[in-house]
Amino acid sequence: MSEIEGIYAVWLREAKIYIREKERLISSVISPLLWIFGFGAGLGSTVEKISGYPYQIFIYPGIMVMTVLFTSLFYGVYIIWDRKLDFLKEVLVAPISRASVFAGKMLGGATDAMVQVIYLIIIGFFISIPFTPLVILEAFLMLLLISIAMVSIGLVIGANLQSPEGFSLVINFVMWPMFFFSGALFPVNNLAPWLSAVTYINPLTYGVDAMRGIILGINHFPILLDAGVLVLFAAIMMGIGILSFRRM
Amino acid sequence: MSIKTEALTKKFGKITAVNELNLEVKEGEIFGLLGPNGAGKTTLISMLCTILKPTSGRAWVNGFDIVKEQGKVRKSIGIVFQQASVDDLLTGRENLALHNLLFEVPKAVRSQRIDEVLSIVNLEKRADDFVNTYSGGMRRRLELARGIMHHPKILFLDEPTLGLDPQTRDHIWDYIKDLAQKECMTVLLTTHYMEEAEQLCDRVAIIDYGNIVALDSPEALKKKIVGDVVSLKQKTSDIERIRKLDYVIKVEEKEGVLLISIKDASKHLQDLLSNTGPIDFVEVRRGTLNDVFLHYTGRDIREAEAEGGFWERVMKR
Ligand SMILES: Nc1ncnc2c1ncn2[C@@H]1O[C@H](COP(=O)(O)OP(=O)(O)OP(=O)(O)O)[C@@H](O)[C@H]1O
Ligand SMILES: [Mg+2]
Repeated sequence: MSEIEGIYAVWLREAKIYIREKERLISSVISPLLWIFGFGAGLGSTVEKISGYPYQIFIYPGIMVMTVLFTSLFYGVYIIWDRKLDFLKEVLVAPISRASVFAGKMLGGATDAMVQVIYLIIIGFFISIPFTPLVILEAFLMLLLISIAMVSIGLVIGANLQSPEGFSLVINFVMWPMFFFSGALFPVNNLAPWLSAVTYINPLTYGVDAMRGIILGINHFPILLDAGVLVLFAAIMMGIGILSFRRM
Repeated sequence: MSIKTEALTKKFGKITAVNELNLEVKEGEIFGLLGPNGAGKTTLISMLCTILKPTSGRAWVNGFDIVKEQGKVRKSIGIVFQQASVDDLLTGRENLALHNLLFEVPKAVRSQRIDEVLSIVNLEKRADDFVNTYSGGMRRRLELARGIMHHPKILFLDEPTLGLDPQTRDHIWDYIKDLAQKECMTVLLTTHYMEEAEQLCDRVAIIDYGNIVALDSPEALKKKIVGDVVSLKQKTSDIERIRKLDYVIKVEEKEGVLLISIKDASKHLQDLLSNTGPIDFVEVRRGTLNDVFLHYTGRDIREAEAEGGFWERVMKR
């Protein structure tokens, strides 16, 4: 019971800070807009239809995944700031387990990401994405799973580094390869063998594939494989995250 | 025994911050740690509250091992850090409410406890403002309120009254004394205000370079080390003769004034004056803890004096 209250307390703090930091809130509204209309519409005018969908719609699931990826990974930097400004000490001496502290932080990061997802779904209606209530529910749950995995990576990196600059450096090495080799911007079939090998070991590929399957009905892998890979990956990252928090 | 350490040691690379320290603090005691900047006070407290792992040695807090039973130690303690750790973007009341959740305060008394501590530190009126609108002293008060709110068995206070006005300081001292007595709470505090240590602490330890160099009640330390201090100006100074008198503890000369520590001015002043010859000026005062402190730790300023300890320097970067 007290552990659950502890998780709730850590999450509540994150959620309140998120709402109150205006820059964070504004950037989470602007960046997906830029991607969909800037990238999707701009590049879309030069690319023909893919699998029967206009490019802008084809990459919509990928952009959802990307938004979740960026927000979730970068969330790890706040743990470094918290530590620098000593806010974290209060939580670290509290009689709740480090696993609970990790869970609270992780849910806090996932909340940030899911607020953006809701916002993206609303945009989706305007660019005539074929949504049904079931599709929305499935997409939401899948993105939550992706977010949990990615927030965990961010927290692992944040818990092991001392400076925000170091964090940005490391996270860029994680984020961009993950994004480029995930098939978010192009379909995974018909790739050069080395490229497809890279995409196959990238866990995010399965997230993008699942999202495209849920929203557009285009699947490369079975959806259960997608979900299985992501659950496994999320579990491993959470495990490493909890260990990192114990050493903090 | 509330707190016990056995050869507790913490090294940061080449620096030995805490050096084979042995300490015992009794239940219900208010115990003061005094020491120059960088003496190792904060490091000691950090180990006792489980956020730093000792390099070697052992320690028990409320009977629990600080390495093997961290969870139980954390359940027993409250702490006010030297460095502010309240959340800027939350209100005072929200900070306290979170603390209630994190430190397992029973649901039934939560809001009552919040009101209680807010009134102790006189923050009722500002409780619903964001902390980033508070003054430095108000933040400190909120921090204190938070540390005592869950009525811990053992309370660690790292320079609790740093930057507080005299009114608040007085108020807080009373409250800490009261709480220690009523709840039989043990308090381990560090401070640079000797007056605070004298008024508040049952016993004090003076630490320097990670070692305890003196440990006793403030009264006993004063009696033993400084007694009463006679300052006098005289023409024919024969310091050696004065030094040989059996009630003289120490003689120092400073800017032409002799500072003579004697055991008891009411008994020996007359005799002392008969030994000094004609004098221009004399002043007698009771020895203070400050004198004791300087006696043990010397007059040299530690390298980090102006900016405070290591942490403060890191924070400033
Ligand atoms: N994380 C750290 N890394 C390296 N050295 C440290 C660290 N923390 C403390 N020290 C060093 O350990 C010694 C003791 O520091 P500590 O903060 O315990 O002193 P303090 O007695 O609390 O001083 P102050 O009165 O200034 O608060 C100092 O020499 C300091 O430089
Ligand atoms: Mg200190």
